[in-house]
Amino acid sequence: MLTKTISASHLSIGFGRHTVVAEIELTTLPGALVVLIGTNGSGKSTLLKTLAGMLAPISGQVTILGDEPGKSPRRVAYLPQHPISSHTLPLRARDVVAMGRFAHLGLFGRESTEDRKILQSSLELTGAIEFADKPLRDLSSGQQQRTHLAQVLTRQAEILLLDEPTAGLDINGRKLVADLIASERARGVTVVMATHELQDAENANTVMLLAQRVVSIGPPDVALRDEYLRECFGFTQPH
Amino acid sequence: MRLALFASILVAITCAIAGTFVVLRGLAFVGDALSHGVLPGIATALIFGVSGIIGAAVGAVVMMSGVNLITRRYKLSGDTAIGLLFVGMLALGVMITSRSSNFEEDLDHILFGETLSVKPNDLLWQSLALVIVLLTGIFARRPFLLMSIDEGLARTSGFNVTLFQNLMLAIVGLTVIASFQTVGTLLVLGMLIAPAATGVLFARRISSMMIIASIIGCIASYAGLLISFHFKLTASASIVLVAVSIFAIGAIATEIKRNRNSLQDEMPHQHEHNHAH
Repeated sequence: MLTKTISASHLSIGFGRHTVVAEIELTTLPGALVVLIGTNGSGKSTLLKTLAGMLAPISGQVTILGDEPGKSPRRVAYLPQHPISSHTLPLRARDVVAMGRFAHLGLFGRESTEDRKILQSSLELTGAIEFADKPLRDLSSGQQQRTHLAQVLTRQAEILLLDEPTAGLDINGRKLVADLIASERARGVTVVMATHELQDAENANTVMLLAQRVVSIGPPDVALRDEYLRECFGFTQPH
Repeated sequence: MRLALFASILVAITCAIAGTFVVLRGLAFVGDALSHGVLPGIATALIFGVSGIIGAAVGAVVMMSGVNLITRRYKLSGDTAIGLLFVGMLALGVMITSRSSNFEEDLDHILFGETLSVKPNDLLWQSLALVIVLLTGIFARRPFLLMSIDEGLARTSGFNVTLFQNLMLAIVGLTVIASFQTVGTLLVLGMLIAPAATGVLFARRISSMMIIASIIGCIASYAGLLISFHFKLTASASIVLVAVSIFAIGAIATEIKRNRNSLQDEMPHQHEHNHAH
């Protein structure tokens, strides 16, 4: 029997005492893809941050790989939204990707041959190998996003929490993200992804439509019904 | 003069290491506040005949504890809390110093340092501070790097962000404390920011940014002391002004290089365009 990777029950999330979304129910198995869809401020990023252990749950229960969120840094990787806080950073793309191994290396661990192989493989998978030795500040936003995706892959985690991974990417970049997610799922990785794009939900096992509450949850054909979309966005998807 | 040069070089290297993290994390205002926040501590220590270094350490601890308290209890932004404490501590420092019989002279020494009156004992403190700052930078390089990109990345990589943020502030505080004798509390910020900012312009890696910042700090120290000696100017101000001037030259050179590169990028297009006609 497959073990649950994420389990949330009666979960309320938010900041301090301010609840953003209440009564979240979510269970995932290895290899699952959960897509969180909603407008800005709907609670997608708040849920990802709660699952990553960056925000404490307001109430309810949530476990990640059987433990509290944030307790398994080697097994859970998180891609923040717009992760580049400073375009002045004197770092090469390769150095940024290598940071994905820091959770495994801790403060004092020495980079092994295995770590270097993982780094190289992540650079190749994301196409970041083409600009690996260029400074991060000289890269386009799409190339920077690829770099950060490569960093997440370098973690070799069992759960990926991706906050708008396709932001800033062109059509080829979006296809790349879809392929990467598919290959990660094939090796049993659970992926939870926040997005604005309905097409990102195509291959999901579970879609959660959010609008400061759970509007709908279930397989794409159920969760993305017209009445739910109208309620969430005020429009329906073209047939 | 030789002691002053030694002291300035120690300050330059310590400031280059701490300043790299200040620039990467955008902590310039915190550095500014810390450099002024130590003033009442130093002034009190001088009045009671205690070491200024101990007074500065107490001032730095009070300053950062106050910032933490205001941001957590009163939900004000970090900038507002730092600004409040910064002017409050500066005013307190000036008031305490005004009780001294040598008000102007004491205030002048605290704010602008006494580069040419450095004693061997000061060099010992500065060397110790350099070793601590260097070892902390090596020890905490991974969380510091992750925090420079995104605090969330550091946290989800298993590092205690609060602890490492405080550690970063502690090395900035230690740098200010160890450097005030040489460059003064007002001008230490220039040594923290200018060489590290120049390093950003040219470096591709954090380690090379630190090395560039250290070299620039040392050049500024030597050139600043020479200028001060020949033109009878304040040593600390001369050192800081050279460091800032090097940044200005570096920034202009980078801009010229960028413009030249973008012109070269446009050239092939023009060439193709001409052939089309």
